[in-house]
Amino acid sequence: MDFQEYRAGEAQAVGAESASRSAAAPREHLVLIGNGMAGCRAIEELLARDPARYRITIFGAEPHVNYNRIMLSPVLAGEKSFDDILINGPDWYRDSGIELIAGDPVTAIDRAARTVTSRAGRTVGYDRLLIATGSDPFIIPVPGNDLPGVISFRDMKDVDAMLMAAEAGKAQGGGSAVVIGGGLLGLEAAHGLTLRGMKVTVLHLPGTLMERQLDEAAGWLLKTALEARGQTILTGADTAEIYGDGQVEGVRLKDGREIPASLVVMAVGIRPSVALARAAGLEVGRGIRVDDHMVTSDPAILAVGECVEHDGQVYGLVAPLWDMCRSLADGLTGRANPYRGSVTSTKLKVAGLDVFSAGDFSGAGAGCEDIVLRDASRGVYKRLVLQEDRIIGAVLYGDTADGSWYFDLLRKGESVAGLRESLIFGQAFASGGGQADPKAAVAALSDDAEICGCNGVSKGQVVSCIAKGARSLDAVRGACKASASCGSCTSLVESLLVLTLGDEVQTGPKTMCPCTSFTHDDVRREIVAQGMTSIPEVMQRLHWTTPDGCASCRPALNYYLLCAWPGDYVDDQQSRFVNERLHANIQKDGTYSVVPRMWGGLTSPRELRAIADVVEKYNAPMIKVTGGQRLDIFGIRKEDLPAVWADLNAAGMVSGHAYGKALRTVKTCVGSEWCRFGTQDSTGLGVRIEQMSWGSWMPHKFKIAVSGCPRNCAEATIKDFGVVCVDSGYELHVAGNGGIHVRATDLLCKVATEQEALDYCAAFIQLYREEARYLERTAPWVERVGIDHVKARIVDDGIGREALRARFLHSQSFSQEDPWAQRAAGGASEQHAHMAQFKPVSMEEMA
Amino acid sequence: MIGEWLDIGWAHEIPARGSRTVPVEGGEEIAVFRTGDGKLFALLNRCPHKGGPLSQGIVHGHSVACPLHNWSIALATGQAQGEDKGCTPTIPVKIDGGRVLICRASTLKAAA
Repeated sequence: MDFQEYRAGEAQAVGAESASRSAAAPREHLVLIGNGMAGCRAIEELLARDPARYRITIFGAEPHVNYNRIMLSPVLAGEKSFDDILINGPDWYRDSGIELIAGDPVTAIDRAARTVTSRAGRTVGYDRLLIATGSDPFIIPVPGNDLPGVISFRDMKDVDAMLMAAEAGKAQGGGSAVVIGGGLLGLEAAHGLTLRGMKVTVLHLPGTLMERQLDEAAGWLLKTALEARGQTILTGADTAEIYGDGQVEGVRLKDGREIPASLVVMAVGIRPSVALARAAGLEVGRGIRVDDHMVTSDPAILAVGECVEHDGQVYGLVAPLWDMCRSLADGLTGRANPYRGSVTSTKLKVAGLDVFSAGDFSGAGAGCEDIVLRDASRGVYKRLVLQEDRIIGAVLYGDTADGSWYFDLLRKGESVAGLRESLIFGQAFASGGGQADPKAAVAALSDDAEICGCNGVSKGQVVSCIAKGARSLDAVRGACKASASCGSCTSLVESLLVLTLGDEVQTGPKTMCPCTSFTHDDVRREIVAQGMTSIPEVMQRLHWTTPDGCASCRPALNYYLLCAWPGDYVDDQQSRFVNERLHANIQKDGTYSVVPRMWGGLTSPRELRAIADVVEKYNAPMIKVTGGQRLDIFGIRKEDLPAVWADLNAAGMVSGHAYGKALRTVKTCVGSEWCRFGTQDSTGLGVRIEQMSWGSWMPHKFKIAVSGCPRNCAEATIKDFGVVCVDSGYELHVAGNGGIHVRATDLLCKVATEQEALDYCAAFIQLYREEARYLERTAPWVERVGIDHVKARIVDDGIGREALRARFLHSQSFSQEDPWAQRAAGGASEQHAHMAQFKPVSMEEMA
Repeated sequence: MIGEWLDIGWAHEIPARGSRTVPVEGGEEIAVFRTGDGKLFALLNRCPHKGGPLSQGIVHGHSVACPLHNWSIALATGQAQGEDKGCTPTIPVKIDGGRVLICRASTLKAAA
C-alpha cells in the first residue's frame, strides 16, 4: 500500500507557517486528540460555523492525514485505494490553518496546567481540549493472543498486515486465515481476505452471524451465501488458544478442533479508548461521560465519537458521530443544540450481499408484531417489527432498496397504520402506483432523511448544496461528500439532482480516462468533425496527457475510429483487448476457449464431428454448451489456435465472436417448422439475422434471440435485440439484459414481415454502434437516451431508419471476413508463434 | 562455451506496443516487450497477481495491463503499480545490431 506519510517533523513545518500567520490574532487554542473521523468531522462542523474562532492543533497517532475508517473494508477487498478514502488531504489542514502533528500520539493531559504532552515529548497548551480517541479492538484473553500474526481490523496498518499475509500466502499456493468474530467488521475482513486469495475460516461464538444486527433467518441466509463464496463459517465456535512457535500457526477451539492459519484477525468487538481520559481524572463509565453538547466533567474538555458515553449509551457505528459533531460544534460556538442520542442502522459492505438492519428486532417487547416477506428464489428476506402501528425494527436481506425509507419511518416514529397492508412491499408500492419510480421515492423522503451513510449527509444538505450551484454528481461529491465514499447512494444523489434541477443537471461529464479531459461523446464528435483517422492523431489533437494512452482509452478510440471510417480505418491490433486480438477467450490459466459459429444455434453431423476431432486432437479438457446455444472448446494454447481454426474452417465453420465486443449469438427456438405452437419460422429468421449481423464490432457485446411464439422459449426479452413472433407478425424488443442487473426489454414496435424485422434490426444495431459509448450495453444506453429517442429514430423516421440500415450494411461489407481463416492462413503469426525457444544445456542450472 | 547473452531474434519481430514470448524448457515463459518509443523490456510472463500472461496485455507507456484482471505492471521494474502489490522478475535485455539479446543467467533464474 502506497500512501503519503507525514512525519511529525514535516507536519510541524506545515503547521509552523499557519501558526505564525495566526499569531497576531489572540484566538483561543483548541487542541484535538485523535485525527480520526469523529475529531475531524467536529472540526469541519466548527469551521463551517465560525472559521476564525479557534486556532486548531490536531494530534494523530497514525502517520497519515485523515481518512474514512469505515472504508477500510473496500480497501482490503481491492475495490478502493487508500487515496480514494482520504477525507481531508494535506491541503485542507494547510488551508484551514490547522497544525497537524501526525504519528505522535498524546500520552498525558495536565488539566491543571491545561497542557497535553506527546510521546515525542512535545508539550502544547490548550484553552479547549477535544478528545476523540475512538475505540480499541477487544482482544480476547486466550493464550497466544500476542503472537506475531495476530492482528485486529482497525486501521491502515492492520490492512497492510493483512495484505502482506495474503501476499506471503500466495507464494506458498494460498495462505490460510482465521477471523475471530462474525460481526460486521469480522465478515468484512473475511470477505476482503477471501478476495485476496486466502482460505478463510470465520469463528463466531454465538449461533447466528451478526447476531446484534440480524435475526436467525437473515443470519442463516448470510451464512449460506458466504459459504457459497468459499468461506468456512463456524458458529458456536469457542476459541481456546492461538498456537504457534514464535508466529501464529493456528487456532484451537475448546472442542479440540484445530484450524491452521498464518494470520488471525481478532474482530470480536471494540471498547471505547478511555485510558488517557481516565488518567487525567475525567469521569469515565463505559466511555468518557459527556453532556448533550459533548462536554466532559471538566468544562474545558470535550469528547466525541466512539470514546464517549452519552446518556448511558456508547456507539460503535459511524452515523451517531454526525449528530454528536453538530451538537458539539453548536455548543462551541455558543448555540444550544442538545444531542439526544441516535437510532442506528447497519449495512454490510460486502459486494453482492445486501444486508440492512435497524432498531429492535428481538420481537420480545409487549404488543410487537412481525411482518415478514420471503422470496426464496430471489434470496430475499424482509422483516419489519411493529409496535402500536410504528416501525421499531427492520431486517432486510437480499433487497435493501427500502432500507432508508423504513429507517426514516422508524426514526420519526410515524404511524404506519394506513400503510400496514403494503408496507413490506416497499415505498413505491405502499405509496400507491405499484410501479417503482425511484424519483418519486426520493421526492417523498423527508429533508432530514439520511442519503449518504458513509459521510452523514441528509437529503436537505444535498439539496441545499445543489441549490448553491452544484450541478453535477461530481460537484455534489466535492461540495458535501454525498456518495463520494462507497458510492451505494449514487443513484439517490442523481435522483436529487434531477428533482432539483430538472433538465439543467450536468450529467456525468466523466472523462474517458485519466489520459484526457474529454468525455467519450466529445472525442467521438471530434473524430468525425475533424476527420481524424488514427489513434496517434486523436491523441495529438486532443492533447492526451500520456504518450500512447492506456488500456481503457486505446480500445475505445480504436472502436470509435473503426465505426466512423468503415473500410478505411486500419484496425490497431495492439489496441485490442487480448480476446479480440487472438479471436478467442483467455482463461485464468492463460489458455483460450474457442467457440465456432453455429448459425441460429443450428448444427450438423459434419460440424459436430469436426468439433469432436478438434477436442481429441488438441486434448481439450472440456467442451461446454454455452448460454447462447453454441459449443465452447476449452484449454487451447495460443500457439495451437491457428491450427484449430484451420480444422474448424475445413468443416465450414467460422469464428463465433464469443470473445468480442460484437454480435455474439442469435438464439432461436424451433418455430413453426416443428413446434405445435410456433407462429413463424423463428429458426430461419434467426439464421438470416445472424448472417446479416455477424462480424460487426460494437461498443459492447450484443446478443439477439428469436422466439417463435409468445411462450418465448428463446428468452428474447432479455436480449439486446429480441424478436417474438406472433400470428400477425413480429414484435421487436430492445435493450434487455441478463447479467448483473436483469432488465426486460422495451417493446420497440411490431412489424408485419420478416424483411421489416431484418431492416429494423440492422437500423437498431447501427444506432447503437454510432451513439452508445464504448463498453455501454444497450440496456444502460437506452436508459440513458430513453426508449422514445430510439423509437423516434427507428420507428417514426422511415428515411432515417433506411439510412441507418444502409450504413450498417456498408460497414458489414468490410467486416464479414472470417478472422480465423486469415490466421489459419498464416496471418499475424507474431500473435501466436513464440519468438524463440530456449533449451538450457543442463537442468541443474535452473536451480 | 556458454555465452552470457541469449540471441532471441530481430527487434522488429516484436510489434510496437506488443510482446513476444520465449518458452524456457523445463521452466516458465519469458515475455519480451517493445514499447511505443522503441524500448525493449523482458520479464517473466506471469503477473504477480494471478499468474496472467503479461505478454497478452495492452502495452501503454512503459507499462503493461495484465489481460486477466487489468493490473498494471511497470516493465522496467516488474512492480505492480498503484495500490496493487507484487513484483514480476525482470531480465536484462539489449539490442546489438538489431538483434535482441537477453541475459542468460537472469533468464534461468526467473524461469526456474
